[in-house]
Amino acid sequence: MYRIIERRMIVPNLHEFIVEAPEVANSIKPGNFVIVRPDETGERVPLSVADWNREAGTVTSIFMQVGASTAKLARLKPGGEIPTFAGPLGRETEIQNFGTVLCIGGCYGIGSVFPIARALKEAGNTLYTILEARSAYLLYWQEMFKPLSERVIEITRDGTSGYKGHLARLPEIIAMEKIRPDRIIVNGCTFQMMKVSQITKEMAIKTMVNMNPIMIDGTGMCGVCRLSVAGKTKFACVDGPDFDGRDVDWVEFLNRRRTYNPEEVYPLHKSGCASHY
Amino acid sequence: MAKQIDYERRHMPKQEPFERVKNFDEVAIGYTEELAREEAGRCLHCKKSLCREGCPVGINIPAFIECIVAGDYAAGIKKLKETNALPAVCGRVCPQEEQCELHCILGKKGGSICIGRLERFLADWEAARGKTETPAMAALNGMKIAIVGSGPAGITVANDLALLGYAVTIFEALHEAGGVLTYGIPEFRLPKAIVKREVEYVKSLGVKLYLDYIVGKTRTIDSILQEFDGVFVGAGAGLPWFMDIPGENFNGVYSANEYLTRCNLMKGYRFPAYDTPMKRPRCVAVFGGGNVAMDSARTALRLGADESHIVYRRSKEELPARAEEAENAEEEGVIFDYLTLPVRLTGDEQGWLTEIECIKMELGEPDASGRRSPIPIKGSEFKMKADAVIVAIGNSPNPLIPMSTPGLAVGKKGNIVAEEETGKTSRERIWAGGDVVTGAATVISAMGAGRRAAKSMHATLFGSK
Ligand SMILES: Cc1cc2nc3c(=O)[nH]c(=O)nc-3n(C[C@H](O)[C@H](O)[C@H](O)COP(=O)(O)OP(=O)(O)OC[C@H]3O[C@@H](n4cnc5c(N)ncnc54)[C@H](O)[C@@H]3O)c2cc1C
Ligand SMILES: Cc1cc2nc3c(=O)[nH]c(=O)nc-3n(C[C@H](O)[C@H](O)[C@H](O)COP(=O)(O)OP(=O)(O)OC[C@H]3O[C@@H](n4cnc5c(N)ncnc54)[C@H](O)[C@@H]3O)c2cc1C
Ligand code: SF4
Ligand code: SF4
Ligand code: FES
Repeated sequence: MYRIIERRMIVPNLHEFIVEAPEVANSIKPGNFVIVRPDETGERVPLSVADWNREAGTVTSIFMQVGASTAKLARLKPGGEIPTFAGPLGRETEIQNFGTVLCIGGCYGIGSVFPIARALKEAGNTLYTILEARSAYLLYWQEMFKPLSERVIEITRDGTSGYKGHLARLPEIIAMEKIRPDRIIVNGCTFQMMKVSQITKEMAIKTMVNMNPIMIDGTGMCGVCRLSVAGKTKFACVDGPDFDGRDVDWVEFLNRRRTYNPEEVYPLHKSGCASHY
Repeated sequence: MAKQIDYERRHMPKQEPFERVKNFDEVAIGYTEELAREEAGRCLHCKKSLCREGCPVGINIPAFIECIVAGDYAAGIKKLKETNALPAVCGRVCPQEEQCELHCILGKKGGSICIGRLERFLADWEAARGKTETPAMAALNGMKIAIVGSGPAGITVANDLALLGYAVTIFEALHEAGGVLTYGIPEFRLPKAIVKREVEYVKSLGVKLYLDYIVGKTRTIDSILQEFDGVFVGAGAGLPWFMDIPGENFNGVYSANEYLTRCNLMKGYRFPAYDTPMKRPRCVAVFGGGNVAMDSARTALRLGADESHIVYRRSKEELPARAEEAENAEEEGVIFDYLTLPVRLTGDEQGWLTEIECIKMELGEPDASGRRSPIPIKGSEFKMKADAVIVAIGNSPNPLIPMSTPGLAVGKKGNIVAEEETGKTSRERIWAGGDVVTGAATVISAMGAGRRAAKSMHATLFGSK
């Protein structure tokens, strides 16, 4: 069993989740993920790593409550325990001195792009950060990016902070901000990553995205996480999860991600209360 | 007057096919005491017992059968356990018709002794009694052994070395121990309670078990070697192959590993009591003809499919599955499409599989392996409807360990290279055995490899410190 150090909602629907797992913490690199099971009947849920503390032996993730399993996670309390916390999984994000790097985070990806930004900065890159959300109250961790970045740029759908709109405005924004990225790294929801990859396809900028397909084992054993990258089938859990988003077959990816939509809705109605049907 | 030889194999009671396709309970119910003693009574107790040559771990078959005849089951189980740590498992899943039973002298007239069923009888008798005897254990010798993987190979090494006085720790990647016995072979063929019992038994010998521990990721073998005196790698062959035909990424196309893992390990068949969902397709096609394919096709029926097909490119004679399981599948209504090769999958706008395009095959000359190789018949293409495809054409070892262990020699298909007799790899203090060395094989061969490796580890390590 793994002890929960912290589980608290940091902005609506997004939770900070800190678990004691010394051996996992000891081996983590930026871009890795872990697999957690909230209880003995639970699914294996993949979560990206957002931070860690090797001395304390803890690992931090940010998760969004979307369905039944993340709802179970959201009910956990500090001091409680979970049966599975396996990792670190996946290949680490490639870290080198690329020159100028633009890190983009949205949703839980604001958390998971943070250790990547930190490592890139340490490797000597000039770093810019863009954080995107529907509204200002959904942004978090801005202060943590500031010491790493030349500038932390915000985009909100409703314009309550920073630029108004969404990442479709990326070319315009980097022109205005005079950023010439040698590489773009996007962590976040599938649509954000797809959108940015579509935009940068014409711009010849390598765009690394952190793919989040359905998974079971996370070790290359089941193949459910497969996706097409540059026409070849890859397993996201062992060949990725980072890929150049410009090579990903996004239509296929989104379809595969929807495989269990009808089933996933069912457990949400488990309360048996008539008004929930 | 010499005793009349009885050539009649005693059948084991089974659930009726129409009943059993509606549940996940074990198909074969097992011998009653009476049946077991009748069956054991047929054994000739040959001086030169050929049956023993067919068992990869060389169980003293006539000796344990004699115990059944005498009604001394405690002595029988003890005899079995001298050479086989998992009799309840082997009695159920060994391909006996190609091993022990193939060599039995009575087999010449089609009446070989049902050795597997008798083995199972003894193991189940012991389980029902609820009391397991622990063999004599040597005092702790101060040496530490790490084992990667808790499948039959790893469990055998753990058992043997624990008895010899080593402090043994097993690291298992998944959240349950047992390897393929837990995540692959379905409940209706091998109840998980049996696997659990065997794992608990090994733990009762003082073996430590860490679950959710991915060697090569959570910690490398080299780091483990700083703390342990030797490592045995029994990581199995868990990487699924696909056919490499167009359309394999449509929704509704699964590897057998995914399909069976969802069902067995994650208990998808009990969704929503368990959270991992499983689709309930109506028309399922399984590609392949081995045990894995049979298990997938039979699972699909139990999950409510109207039609479950085995699509196999050779003919019935070449089917690699155990004869008994192919027969069970047929009884349950699995449809066998022999001499058929899928060439393309088609799907709808939302990315869901709808149809399989196949081509008919004929058998040509025998190839290097002695099997007649299938050749496509020109112009014989046809289509079949399906809402699920399960690809069960094979597995190879997962590259995680070789990738993270410098200097560990690996063969063409990603298998770890190890000496057959000893399990020694190219690296000092690292042994390997089971499917990770041979590619997908059998439970008993993995156990045999584990046994030989344990012997070699003991010979090499004992007294070296
Ligand atoms: C490598 C990897 C890393 C991940 N890292 C994180 C992370 O750090 N934080 C985090 O919150 N999630 C992360 N995810 C996604 C997370 O695993 C899923 O959100 C989770 O499994 C959903 O489980 P559930 O049962 O709550 O929802 P489900 O019931 O499985 O899903 C409910 C519905 O929401 C949809 N859905 C689920 N997740 C997402 C999503 N992320 N984006 C859009 N739609 C979605 C599903 O298609 C479904 O329709 C990651 C996934 C992968 C593969
Ligand atoms: C569906 C199916 C049906 C079968 N039916 C039969 C049958 O009827 N009869 C028969 O004799 N054989 C059968 N087999 C084959 C048999 O199960 C295998 O040959 C046998 O289990 C191999 O044993 P093993 O110990 O080498 O590996 P496995 O049983 O594969 O165990 C390996 C274990 O190592 C773990 N592992 C892998 N990598 C790591 C890592 N990096 N760190 C930690 N742990 C790791 C895995 O999670 C797994 O638990 C079947 C196989 C399948 C898939
Ligand atoms: S272990 Fe397998 S091969 Fe050996 S005697 Fe038992 S059933 Fe036969
Ligand atoms: S060969 Fe057959 S009859 Fe002879 S000892 Fe073995 S099981 Fe008995
Ligand atoms: S999650 Fe099973 S292979 Fe990637």
